[in-house]
Amino acid sequence: MNRHRISFTTAALGAGLAFLYAPLLVVMVNSFNASRLVTVWTGFSPRWYGELFADRQILDAALNSLIVAVCSASLAVVVGTTAGYVFARFGYFRGRAALSGALAAPLVLPDVIAGLSLLLMFVALEQTFTWLPGRGLLTIVLAHASFTTAYVAIIVQARLAGMDREAEESAADLGAKPFAVFRAITLPMIRPAVAAGWLLAFVLSLDDLVIASFVSGPQSTTLPMVVFSSVRLGVSPKINALATILIVVTLALLSVAAWMGRATLKQK
Amino acid sequence: MSAKLRRRAVLALPWLWTVLFFFLPLALVVKISLATSQLSVPPYSDFFARTNGAVTGIRANLDNYGLLFSDALYVKAYLSSVKIAAISTVLALLLGYPMAYGIAHAAPTRRPLLLVLVTLPFWTSFLVRIYAWMGILRPGGTINTALQALGLIDEPLRLLNTPGAVYLGIVYAYLPFMVLPLYARLEKQDPALLEAAADLGARPWQAFLRVTLPLSLPGVLAGCLLVFIPAVGEFVIPELMGGPDTLMIGRVLWNEFFTNHDWPLSAAVTVLLLIVLVVPVALFQTVQARAEKRL
Repeated sequence: MNRHRISFTTAALGAGLAFLYAPLLVVMVNSFNASRLVTVWTGFSPRWYGELFADRQILDAALNSLIVAVCSASLAVVVGTTAGYVFARFGYFRGRAALSGALAAPLVLPDVIAGLSLLLMFVALEQTFTWLPGRGLLTIVLAHASFTTAYVAIIVQARLAGMDREAEESAADLGAKPFAVFRAITLPMIRPAVAAGWLLAFVLSLDDLVIASFVSGPQSTTLPMVVFSSVRLGVSPKINALATILIVVTLALLSVAAWMGRATLKQK
Repeated sequence: MSAKLRRRAVLALPWLWTVLFFFLPLALVVKISLATSQLSVPPYSDFFARTNGAVTGIRANLDNYGLLFSDALYVKAYLSSVKIAAISTVLALLLGYPMAYGIAHAAPTRRPLLLVLVTLPFWTSFLVRIYAWMGILRPGGTINTALQALGLIDEPLRLLNTPGAVYLGIVYAYLPFMVLPLYARLEKQDPALLEAAADLGARPWQAFLRVTLPLSLPGVLAGCLLVFIPAVGEFVIPELMGGPDTLMIGRVLWNEFFTNHDWPLSAAVTVLLLIVLVVPVALFQTVQARAEKRL
């Protein structure tokens, strides 16, 4: 009886994992299909990768996306680390629940809400102060940082909560100023969490279609926007090649992150 | 600098941030939902009535909300969004629960690997994952080609652009959000509880129904909310995998904004969507706060 139950859960787990990975494998295999019909296999060919790298529109959009992802992740790390530190070390302060609720809301709220409300805010700033005229990559950077900050804050807060305060307290007892304590003791100890937060923010920014569509200007097309308008018209072999590259790059980045995490664990 | 002042200076950054990127934008959505659409830059009427530049009053109208309640399209879109999100959430629970259970009951050394395997797809591009399913489901796609090659069907089946495809897409995209909170609850459960139940004569399924399941309910609730809330406002999945009849409010909002350029009406749609989500979001915050206290 017991044996039977375990085999059922193992089967469910296996089926669930197959469900998660099979579609990605199908895309990767099809990207090497010589046929334009995508699913009818006529032979192995890397030609779609060649066509992909000859597509200026896709390359420009990819560059835009990378710039936005690097800038927004860096901004999110600064604000998110501060917020995570505040929640882990400041104890009670007035408005704590409101602040944490407002920071965490973008984690669950649908993208369309964030997209429209941030756009209206940028338009209001432009009208009132003539800031950020016309919108472009900078507004996308700010919009992305506004929702990825929450992820960084959660990771940093969790790390700080699991860390004992002895080292920080000793440094303070020895006369170190609070900012010096943060820089010399706290920051090195939470570095893996900050790095993981940056990476998560980077990947989320690279992936966002809806919010970027609302807040972008006419000259600032990101990669997901190009992919979306192409996918709307149907499945194309070039997009299969692009999807394969995206899957491989993400997996490589994650492996590096996991390896870095392991290395720091071993150091301890 | 005094300790109090320093604390305030550090607190100022997250406060400024949330005011600028959360509270102010939401207030503006409410404000502009009361404006009238017009041909101008930006395309809505001024909130304030002005005479010679001086503010003499406000010009607010509820016409946008009136339209949302009088035109059947909008009411239907809200209802069908909630329905589609709810069905997908139940399906994700039915698939995610056995998976979380399987991981929690696997050998402790294998659990981290299994967790990584469940979360890995979440890191790969959302659009790519939806796109992958389009390639599998479309006429002439992987499934139809295989079935035709086997001689099981003559005409390709209509799999893409159906409600079923939308459920599949949502379950696929949000499954990790269901599995992780469930796993967190199941993993903390003391195995001695199940042994005690067995000693007292409970069959495994009885022990599951009367011990494991009730103890995991907070995880079930957290997982369901993490799938349900974003799914209600989902745009990409119904747009790419749904048909013309798969009406969801995220799609309506997108079309009002990008096709009709009616910003005030889009804002009103957003405000009503937020109201629909107030209860689940509040519930989620409560669950989270309780989980945090237990830590």
